Amino acid sequence: MIEVAEMLKVFQQHRGDAIVVPGQAGRHWTMISTRPELDVPLIPYPAMGGGASFAFGLALAQPDRKVVVFDSEGALVMYLGILATVAEQQPKNFYHFLLDNECYATTGGQPVPNAKATRYDALARDVGYPSTFAYDRLESFANSVERMLSAPAPAFIALKVRAEIQNAPVADRRRWATRTREQVRDDLQEALKIAGGR
Amino acid sequence: MTQTTGTGLSPAAILAEIRKNGVTHVVWLPDSETNGLYVLMKAEPSLRLVPVTNEALAFSAAAGLSFGGRVPLILIQNTGMMDSGNSLRGWAIDLSIPVVLMVGYRGWTRHGVTRDSAAVYTERFLNAFGINYYLIESDADAERISTAFEEAQRTGRPVATLIGDEYHGFNRPEATSK
Repeated sequence: MIEVAEMLKVFQQHRGDAIVVPGQAGRHWTMISTRPELDVPLIPYPAMGGGASFAFGLALAQPDRKVVVFDSEGALVMYLGILATVAEQQPKNFYHFLLDNECYATTGGQPVPNAKATRYDALARDVGYPSTFAYDRLESFANSVERMLSAPAPAFIALKVRAEIQNAPVADRRRWATRTREQVRDDLQEALKIAGGR
Repeated sequence: MTQTTGTGLSPAAILAEIRKNGVTHVVWLPDSETNGLYVLMKAEPSLRLVPVTNEALAFSAAAGLSFGGRVPLILIQNTGMMDSGNSLRGWAIDLSIPVVLMVGYRGWTRHGVTRDSAAVYTERFLNAFGINYYLIESDADAERISTAFEEAQRTGRPVATLIGDEYHGFNRPEATSK
């Protein structure tokens, strides 16, 4: 199993000027990223299951820039059809990381259906992502991260990660967001020089 | 008996409004009313069609497109809209996405008598979410689509247009040349 924070530290070294949609990994990523203006942490989270689709929309909107999403397996299986849409549209700048901890960590660690048996990289490959990878050790990931970020996209990278189970009442959990969602949007649009962004 | 509004609604009139308002991407899932429009949109070089497998994904994809500086249109049926309330709330309303929804109004009849609960609950659903909407039944109504785009931009909220012409020929191929 991979520690999410350690994986993100490795990824940061290869991130370049990619837009990053960190999802649940945002609690670590906001302390690791050196390009916050290109990060899109959305807290409170808008609605479970839409993170990959949101990042996919960003990738279509900004085809000349890499877009990386850190998705989670509970969210992906909620709307698995996003794989087919991505495969059909073939965005050449879309890098779909899946952090698979085999459970719903933010609700106390209940298992995701078929958690240990589903091979998400195989699903992505069979639906039509041209590049797919799967890792369960940090060393293997670190040795391959440059190759996966230069592989033909859309690319899908499935990572088995250690669950960081949260069981405290929501009101008692650490607040990690440093910007409002409006600030996140405005910072991104300023960085991308999008005229007339709301 | 279905009442008619005279001229009916042509897909060409809808497409003209889509072009006029600078739409770049149509995020959509087919419904019984829009195949004629699909044929026209597919041939329109200024549009990219983005098919989704579930209407909920349309709202998050549209939010990403909007964050990235594009102008999405969401084209879905009322049934799917009602299926995706949480995504509409979180990805469109809460993120202040100025997006227009073009919603096939399955079951709509002008006289108000319908056996289709999809129609019965459509406007109640939109009212529950506080989303303003405009009914489009004929070519004469098409300019309400521009009104919806202007309102969405001004308010930073989704605005709906309800396509209420299922039984009048909107979906017939010959209607595309009206």
